[in-house]
Amino acid sequence: MKTAVIVFPGSNCDQDMYYAIRDGLGEEVDYVWHAETSLDGYDAVMIPGGFSYGDYLRSGAIARFAGIMPAVVKAAGEGKPVLGVCNGFQILLEAGLLPGAMLKNRDLKFICDTVRLKVENNKTLFTSLYKKDEIIRIPIAHGEGNYFCDDKTLRSLNDHGQIIFTYDGENPNGSKANIAGIINRTGNVLGMMPHPERAADALLGNEDGLRLFQSILNHWRETAHAAYTS
Amino acid sequence: MPLTHLEPSPEQIEQEKVYRTMGLTDGEYQKVKGLLGRRPNYTETGLFAVMWSEHCSYKTSKPVLKLFPANGEHVLQGPGEGAGIVDIGDGQAVVFKIESHNHPSAIEPYQGAATGVGGIIRDVFSMGARPIALLDSLRFGDLKNPRVRYLFEEVVSGIAGYGNCIGIPTVGGELQFDSCYNGNPLVNAMCVGIMNHEDIQVGQARGIGNTVMYVGASTGRDGINGATFASEEITEKSDEKRSAVQVGDPFMEKLLVEACLELTKHEALVGIQDMGAAGLVSSASEMAAKAGVGIHMNLDLIPQRETNMTPYEMMLSESQERMLIVIKKSSEEEIKAIFSRWGLHAVAVGEVIEDEVLRLEHKGRIVAEVPSDALAAAPVRHMPSKVPAVYKENQLAPIRVPEIKDYAGTIKALLAQPSLASKEWVTRQYDYMVQTNTVVSPGSDAAVIRVRGTKKGLAMTTDCNAKYLVLDPKEGGKIAVAEAARNIVCSGGLPLAITDCLNFGSPENPEVFWQIEESVKGMAEVCTALGTPVISGNVSLYNETDRGAIDPTPVVGMVGLVQNLDHVTTVPFKNEGDAVYVIGQAAPEFGGSALQIMLEGQASGKAPALDLNVEKRRQTQLLQAIKAGYVSSAHDVSEGGLACALAESVFGTPFACDLSFDTEPAEELFAETQSRLIVSVPEKYQEAFEKIVTDAKYVGRVTLSDRLQLRFNDMTVTLNRPELEKEWRGALSCSMTTEN
Repeated sequence: MKTAVIVFPGSNCDQDMYYAIRDGLGEEVDYVWHAETSLDGYDAVMIPGGFSYGDYLRSGAIARFAGIMPAVVKAAGEGKPVLGVCNGFQILLEAGLLPGAMLKNRDLKFICDTVRLKVENNKTLFTSLYKKDEIIRIPIAHGEGNYFCDDKTLRSLNDHGQIIFTYDGENPNGSKANIAGIINRTGNVLGMMPHPERAADALLGNEDGLRLFQSILNHWRETAHAAYTS
Repeated sequence: MPLTHLEPSPEQIEQEKVYRTMGLTDGEYQKVKGLLGRRPNYTETGLFAVMWSEHCSYKTSKPVLKLFPANGEHVLQGPGEGAGIVDIGDGQAVVFKIESHNHPSAIEPYQGAATGVGGIIRDVFSMGARPIALLDSLRFGDLKNPRVRYLFEEVVSGIAGYGNCIGIPTVGGELQFDSCYNGNPLVNAMCVGIMNHEDIQVGQARGIGNTVMYVGASTGRDGINGATFASEEITEKSDEKRSAVQVGDPFMEKLLVEACLELTKHEALVGIQDMGAAGLVSSASEMAAKAGVGIHMNLDLIPQRETNMTPYEMMLSESQERMLIVIKKSSEEEIKAIFSRWGLHAVAVGEVIEDEVLRLEHKGRIVAEVPSDALAAAPVRHMPSKVPAVYKENQLAPIRVPEIKDYAGTIKALLAQPSLASKEWVTRQYDYMVQTNTVVSPGSDAAVIRVRGTKKGLAMTTDCNAKYLVLDPKEGGKIAVAEAARNIVCSGGLPLAITDCLNFGSPENPEVFWQIEESVKGMAEVCTALGTPVISGNVSLYNETDRGAIDPTPVVGMVGLVQNLDHVTTVPFKNEGDAVYVIGQAAPEFGGSALQIMLEGQASGKAPALDLNVEKRRQTQLLQAIKAGYVSSAHDVSEGGLACALAESVFGTPFACDLSFDTEPAEELFAETQSRLIVSVPEKYQEAFEKIVTDAKYVGRVTLSDRLQLRFNDMTVTLNRPELEKEWRGALSCSMTTEN
């Protein structure tokens, strides 16, 4: 599996994502500069965390206009796995690949911590190696992670099993319905505030995030295999 | 048109003593006149005033700083460049430095703290290193004071805002509160970077004819005279100097880091330096002086974000996120290409010349010409020093052991003191995990960062207990270094070197100058004994308000090498049944202790004494035991004594301990006798451990329980862990939210 990690000016979790895939997962991975225009040849796309363009306007609001974004939209349309973490999630919202918007954290402060997440839906290509309702520990680090959407959207997310992760116990940022991560209707674009790439190395004492990447790899093996044999 | 015609003439500057308002003394002005062989014009006077400020020149502290050992077998770069560099083997090196941003933070706390972080990061990457960690040593006044709460909250936000955005983990530091810092908080930021030996850069302008380029953000009127401002006491009028505080842009700096690290791999790069304090003046003159050359600069080419800037304003601006580089002639286009990929400008603004002068051209005229080394070579001031009477009184004071009636209650109260309470309220706002190398997070004795691709790690900490220094600056200075080393050793590292940030009051007060001399002597003695040279540092004087000077606070930042990450050791107990050892016996030493401060409100008596031989032996032995794999947990006994160290060893765990002592309880639990450690060891290693660590005394076992039992001859102190932990964790956020 060959993965692209998109690098915007101000991305700062690009390396963490790169190492999680190269060293944690043991798969091929490249950095792809924001000014590139094609993602052909990549099997999965990662939009890492950070402060793209300084987040001076609204988190992710400028990144959505970057040269690479049409290629991200195209990859999403082709059914390739697209994962946006933290600032990457914000960019996916701004780009309209996922519904809703992000508000400042409830207490207006940046929060860095390791939190408990509940796996609400394990029938996705990102979560197949987790059990349904399993509680996992994943780090968060954000100032604007308070997910918001209108009630109609929330109902729709619920009805279609699009809420993938929720905060278990205390909700750190005040997000609607304790949402920590959501997926698109077709199930190949996941946005989440917590950082699975920070929980993919035994040395750092937490590997709960690694299974998310392994799930993507499993999915790729199954579908690529199917493609070869059909 | 620039407003230069409004500037006073050279004659007016002399006759009306305009130089005084710029920060030069009469004597210094005369020396400038002598050096130039004429009266300096307005711009030149400004250049000298800012470069000869204490902040840039160290003119007062230089004679004292000479006492520090700066060399060692592993030192690749000592003081004098952006940051010091130490070899860590395998062709790699660690780079670090600490710097103060106290005065700006007192006036405009968010930007003051943010730009302090930005500045120290530039010092590190200008050496060619990738920044891998930040630490912050902070001091604030009494949290009951609403302005102190405002300063505290905004400083923390500023540090978080900058460090989180740029993507460098903030992994450690310290935080203490005392009313002496009410109007004058201390904000000391330390940055640690890592690099390969072959990438080491220096800030030198070698090679006549080479091109001087300006990279990064454009120049505005912010921060003009910031360095001069930092060299004065803070008064009611300081608010008027808000314009001397700079504004930070971490996004710009993130781009600058990446572009400059690409640049350092380019063979055309000759020298690189941050435009920090005193902006263009200091970077240009220092780069020229170090190479024994001059620089001719055309100010019309300087990227400006405001109109009609005068040469004076451009040269003295402290606009952030700017670097000055010298490159081989004719490679301008290649260098521009590197920066333009990151959306940054690189502009050729001058060239290296043979004449050893800084020559500034503006609108076709030479507007300033001063010797390049004259700026760097400020007249050294030898200040008188005087032993304060209160020191002598304290030395003669009889030993007093505080009378404790309720031991459990006293321990609980100590743990709720803001200086001793959990710092989670702060560290939760810092991204301490980004870069995914943080092996030990904030809260342990030292943070540990993995060196990716190797088995090695870097342990890092900052330390200084000013209460000991108030009583005895020499002993307190010794303790600051020794405690930092102890923290590194407890974490499984070998102390390598230190950086220091000397925060004091006005050196013009002989008693303050005595504090500076004594504490540096103490620090130097321990640095020499432990083999940890001083590779970089910063001096912040004039930390005074109308209520007096701050406590002497020479902060030590130390980095150690963890040879194998298997050696990493942390504070909390790990296993039920592990043996608990206390290394080192308590003596009735309560001077400056947390207990004394809590009970009496101020420090008195003698500071704890440090025996260097004992300290060294215990550190060596403990590190040996840790490396052998015998140690489950280790923690140094510092503020709050053994009682607080034990509490910290059980917090966040399901454990407690059952310990027996045949000593006097107040002394055992609360004295701050130095070189003491608390260690837990699995039963199977007890014998081997005792053979190595000769001063270790077995006191009991780790239990799986909520109740700590501390048994003494006549009484038993029982502590409830969940109750204590709740108090300890909640104290700081409680102080911040309830007293509005």
